[in-house]
Amino acid sequence: MARMKFLCDADRCIECNACVTACKNEHEVPWGINRRRVVTINDGLPGERSVSMACMHCTDAPCAAVCPVDCFYTTDDAVVLHSKDTCIGCGYCFYACPFGAPQYPKVGNFGTRGKMDKCTYCAGGPEADMTEAEYVKYGSNRLAEGKLPLCAEMCSTKALLAGDGDIIADIYRERVVTRGYGSGAWGWRSAYGETVNV
Amino acid sequence: MTLTSITSRALAVLCLGLFAAFALPQIAEAQQINPTAESVTEESLMQALSGDAQVQGRVTIPDGLSTGVIKPGNKDWAATLGGPVRIVTILSVVGIVAVLLLFYMVRGKIRIDAGPSTQRILRFNSFERFAHWLMAGSFIVLALTGLNLIFGRSIILPLFGENVFGTLSAWGKLAHNYMGFAFMLGLVLAFVSWVAHNIPNKLDLVWIKQGGGLFSKDVHPPAKKFNAGQKVIFWSVIGGGAALSFTGVMLLFPGLAGGEAGWQLYQVIHGVVAAILTAIVVAHIYIGSVGMEGAFDAMGSGEVDLNWAKEHHSLWVDEVQSSGGKSAGSAKAHPAE
Repeated sequence: MARMKFLCDADRCIECNACVTACKNEHEVPWGINRRRVVTINDGLPGERSVSMACMHCTDAPCAAVCPVDCFYTTDDAVVLHSKDTCIGCGYCFYACPFGAPQYPKVGNFGTRGKMDKCTYCAGGPEADMTEAEYVKYGSNRLAEGKLPLCAEMCSTKALLAGDGDIIADIYRERVVTRGYGSGAWGWRSAYGETVNV
Repeated sequence: MTLTSITSRALAVLCLGLFAAFALPQIAEAQQINPTAESVTEESLMQALSGDAQVQGRVTIPDGLSTGVIKPGNKDWAATLGGPVRIVTILSVVGIVAVLLLFYMVRGKIRIDAGPSTQRILRFNSFERFAHWLMAGSFIVLALTGLNLIFGRSIILPLFGENVFGTLSAWGKLAHNYMGFAFMLGLVLAFVSWVAHNIPNKLDLVWIKQGGGLFSKDVHPPAKKFNAGQKVIFWSVIGGGAALSFTGVMLLFPGLAGGEAGWQLYQVIHGVVAAILTAIVVAHIYIGSVGMEGAFDAMGSGEVDLNWAKEHHSLWVDEVQSSGGKSAGSAKAHPAE
């Protein structure tokens, strides 16, 4: 089985936000919930870089460690998913996540959080693959169709890479060697405890 | 060949020549410039981070919380929650149960040495009891639902399965969020009712020196309405309760907590204080129920056995009886022992 990862090549990202839009549209993500976002660092300065960030599907995911109801699970492809039936919307995973991935609909008093929503790596949830029930709660399940996450698949500059960690690391490494520079595999140190060495 | 095509060919050749003349030096020049010389790199930004800082930028989403890209500090909080906070909670709960079991085995139930009397004396009026039970009832719900957040997934989940545990925890979260306010009200009422009786004084030193008479029969250091042990409980509940109330409100309204690092700090304080206060309250529940004969009546009916009162709160009984005798029921002046 593959070990699925995301890698954003910030030297290619042009901050077009197509990944954000694709994600929103593919999964019909409601207003106020952003499974993916593009952050521009040193905006307007020479050497600014944009990074597309979502759940990185960490190794030893901290969200899963702090979840009081143990609603997270890791698939055979190392994708970190969760059950919205069990989630109580406590917000712990948001404060444990290094990438700001968990999102909550606002419901009820005190800004009470609803059930958490986050990037599923286009792999749905615990329900049976490609069912209505799964789509309503988690969005489409492209992985079950043999496809990769839509954000990466439709990235116009191929900045955002999704796939097996070793393969996308090789692709990135080759790019850096060929063009002679690279701003690094953003988030890999925090997510996977390693980075892509060139 | 027409004239126009000849002209266009000549133009093309000319353009190519011009391109070669201008473009080649430019390419050579470009190779000397490293386009990332000024670019931000993940490695440098991560190294520059300190404490709970984050790699941050600008997003087009109107949400200040989404500007951070990488916040490695959040993993530290996760580790603190799974490590120290969890350990303190286990030690507090298991520790106090072990201590109380040992105490019960050694000392047994503390009896009224003089035996029960026929007379009763009013110890807590209905307002005091209301304040106590408002606080106590809400605290028990808060403590159980709070402990569920720490131990539930390792105890209740394997026993009852995902559905039961998920539903229970969802209700638990709601109960915890709302009961907090009942607890705060009870805390204020209890403080107002009893603060005057809980100012430490010299009598408390005597009480502490004699171990409160807890460890031996027929030892009853004098005490007013509250002895030193009860004062410790009172101030623990007031202090711990105030800390829990403040941090609890911060957790309920994350906007007030001052960012993620602030929220995380309040969460850790909330967890640790709750664990310690729970242990203290469990000891309080023990001595107020199965641990001591006659103690529960004080908060049950409000009227305690006169002999119990004389043994544990001798000076308070004197005060009450000299100020017109508030002893309830068919109480008559009792002859001196």
